[in-house]
Amino acid sequence: MKWARLFGIGFLIVVTFACVFANFVAPSYAHQFRDEPDAAPSRQHLLGTDDLGRDRFARVLYGTRVSLLLAPAAALVSSLLAVLIGGTAGFLGGWVERSVMAATDLFLSLPWLFLLITVRALLPLNVSPITSVAITFALLGCLGWAAAARVICADARSLAHSDFILLARASGSSGLRLLWRQVVPNLRPIVFAQFWISIPVFILTEANLGVLGLGVAEPLPSWGSLLRELQSYSAITGQPWQFVPLILFVVVVSCFHLVLLEQESPA
Amino acid sequence: MSRNSVLRIFAVFALGWALASAFAAAQSNQQLRFCLHSDPKTFNPLLAEEDSSETIRYLTGGVLMRLNRLTQDLEPELATAWRVSDGGKTITFKLRSGLSFSDGTPFTADDVAYTIQQMMDPNLHSPTGDAFRSGDGKVQTRVFDAERLSVTFPAPIAGLDKLFDQVAIMSAKSPKKEMAVLGPYAVVDYKAGNYVLLEKNPNYWRHDSTGKQLPYIQTVRLDIQSNRDNEMLKLVHGEIDFINSLDAEYFDKLSQQNPSLVHDSGVSLDSEQLWFNQVPTSPLPDYKKAWFRSTAFRRAISEAINREDLARVAFRGHARPAVGPLSPANKFWFNTKLQPHLFDQKSSLSRLTQDGFHMQDGVLKDRDGHAVEFSLITNAGNKYRERMAAMIQQDLSGVGVKLNVVTLDFPSLIERITRSFDYEACLLGLINNDLDPNSSQMNVWLSSGENHQWNPSQKTPATPWEAEIDKLMHEQATSLDARKRKAAFDRVQEIAWEQEPFIYLVNRNALAAVSPNARNVHPVVLRPQVYWNIDEISLGNEVAKNR
Repeated sequence: MKWARLFGIGFLIVVTFACVFANFVAPSYAHQFRDEPDAAPSRQHLLGTDDLGRDRFARVLYGTRVSLLLAPAAALVSSLLAVLIGGTAGFLGGWVERSVMAATDLFLSLPWLFLLITVRALLPLNVSPITSVAITFALLGCLGWAAAARVICADARSLAHSDFILLARASGSSGLRLLWRQVVPNLRPIVFAQFWISIPVFILTEANLGVLGLGVAEPLPSWGSLLRELQSYSAITGQPWQFVPLILFVVVVSCFHLVLLEQESPA
Repeated sequence: MSRNSVLRIFAVFALGWALASAFAAAQSNQQLRFCLHSDPKTFNPLLAEEDSSETIRYLTGGVLMRLNRLTQDLEPELATAWRVSDGGKTITFKLRSGLSFSDGTPFTADDVAYTIQQMMDPNLHSPTGDAFRSGDGKVQTRVFDAERLSVTFPAPIAGLDKLFDQVAIMSAKSPKKEMAVLGPYAVVDYKAGNYVLLEKNPNYWRHDSTGKQLPYIQTVRLDIQSNRDNEMLKLVHGEIDFINSLDAEYFDKLSQQNPSLVHDSGVSLDSEQLWFNQVPTSPLPDYKKAWFRSTAFRRAISEAINREDLARVAFRGHARPAVGPLSPANKFWFNTKLQPHLFDQKSSLSRLTQDGFHMQDGVLKDRDGHAVEFSLITNAGNKYRERMAAMIQQDLSGVGVKLNVVTLDFPSLIERITRSFDYEACLLGLINNDLDPNSSQMNVWLSSGENHQWNPSQKTPATPWEAEIDKLMHEQATSLDARKRKAAFDRVQEIAWEQEPFIYLVNRNALAAVSPNARNVHPVVLRPQVYWNIDEISLGNEVAKNR
């Protein structure tokens, strides 16, 4: 499976480079060529134009940039929260663990999408598209820690009862020092895995919000807003180039899993 | 078994199969099919307020007078004659004689009196009755005999007779209650989430010129189908006979496949508009409130928006730049002297400069140096509004205005525009069913109205022009002289055009798709666009193969 991992890493690097340097390889993502809405691919517009005449190739690159840069940031926020909450609860054990895990279960039972829609509706209106997209992903990060916290809590609990921790305690190490020096470093593999898993989850959640029209604000594109074009089957038949964002989305999310798959494979 | 016996059995089967096919074909040919987009919430015609229930009411309800959707004239139905008197408070009807409800119960003036009393019962909360609520006091009905009655309202109602187009008469005596009807069809079966089946009313009163009883079609099957893609595919496969209201994309798609399927009836009554929040108590900074209250600012923003492009790009050419509260589809009430505001960014900038704004490094600033930036909210999921918002964003950047587009779920949007008033500008549309401004525009233009969106429910008019509109709206509502009413509402339209509390953007076209198998169908701009003459529609001989 090494080749699969290499392909995954390679593809993600290529896509990331293309997105970071989108300014040099594509025209503006926002300019509306109003005389050419829904145009077919041409030398001027490699993937044609969208319903407002905006260059689809540019929008795919910039949209990928938004999703690929901000989803890992959101995953980082949620993973840190998960370590803080789950790691501490697992390490301390007892009533602290039971209470925190009960609260986590309650958090997990909340309807995510509705919670996101509600929180987003309460946010200030007059924010720029960049701020709005940052807020959307920050929300995703702040609300997406619970599942990872459960896994990390279980791992921290087993670590807390392991021989080397017992030895560390016997050597006089305790409290925060023990947690920071002994437990957290040993949680790193599981945290890394949770971080990696969260990235496609957040990409998908943003895409879901985008499909509902509640994702990233105009004119900034994201995968969610690009996938909205595919909502109506009858509007896209005969225009296969409209599927490019979907294909890219599926391949990128698959690549994240391929990279992780290799990480998890036994040596 | 002999060879002859086998042949005989085969022949019997073949004959049976042929007969069954012919019968099925005949049955199919007698059934008109189209889609409802949701289950009807009620079969009580007085409680109908959403599209599906209103469709059932239109197909089953018998009314005293009917607005001809083609000519926009009122025509006699169950009432052969009527007279409005007492300054618009009383209406007297002469009814057709010898008619019966679908279950055979005779139709008399008592049924009309009963329907009116039910409709005006405050406990029923009839949406149909709202248009008739003119003042405090009870509605008096006086039955002279089986064919004559009068109804007296507590205060005059302008355009009183036209309101009866929506009132389906119910039986006072029938044990079937609202299921006993006087319209062309009666409901015979309903499977929630699946279909509503209507069958020809055997006692329907109308006949064609040859004396044949109408309607021509035996049954109407209304498939409940919320997915527009599926609805379109059903039409293409011949499983339904028409789509009453079509999106621009679907229209173009169908048009490419078969141009004879689609009908663009021209501009409809529906409008799309944006407005600024002018509520004095809103939580906006004072400088923004001052912008939004300035007529010059609103006019400048209006001129900076390219309406032609909105109609051409966002609606694929199936819309027209809007002029004001009414569209040209409203033949009598539309003020023909008015023209849409032209796209002119130079004029827009000149207005803004005169109002104390100035450009600095491509950014428009007010006299205190605040950069002109505001948010525009609209409902998420409406692709036309989202497209328009993105186009307006680009247009306004041409005059140095930064627009932030925010799409909200509908309940959050309604909360902001009706309760918290925590918004700056809003883009929404108005679905208009009524031609008469007394029923459709009163709550919008009276400064005390709840739908006076830019500054609703005012105790006293905030501006002199709103005071003038109040006066004109009362004038048109209390006069019985159609010309005086028209003159008053023309002036309202002029003030709306000059002041632009609503910046009207486009009027969308009425688009429909009709199978060639349906005959005598003449789509119009008024609802219901396709089946307004349901009792005269017939089906051709081409039997839909997929039914």
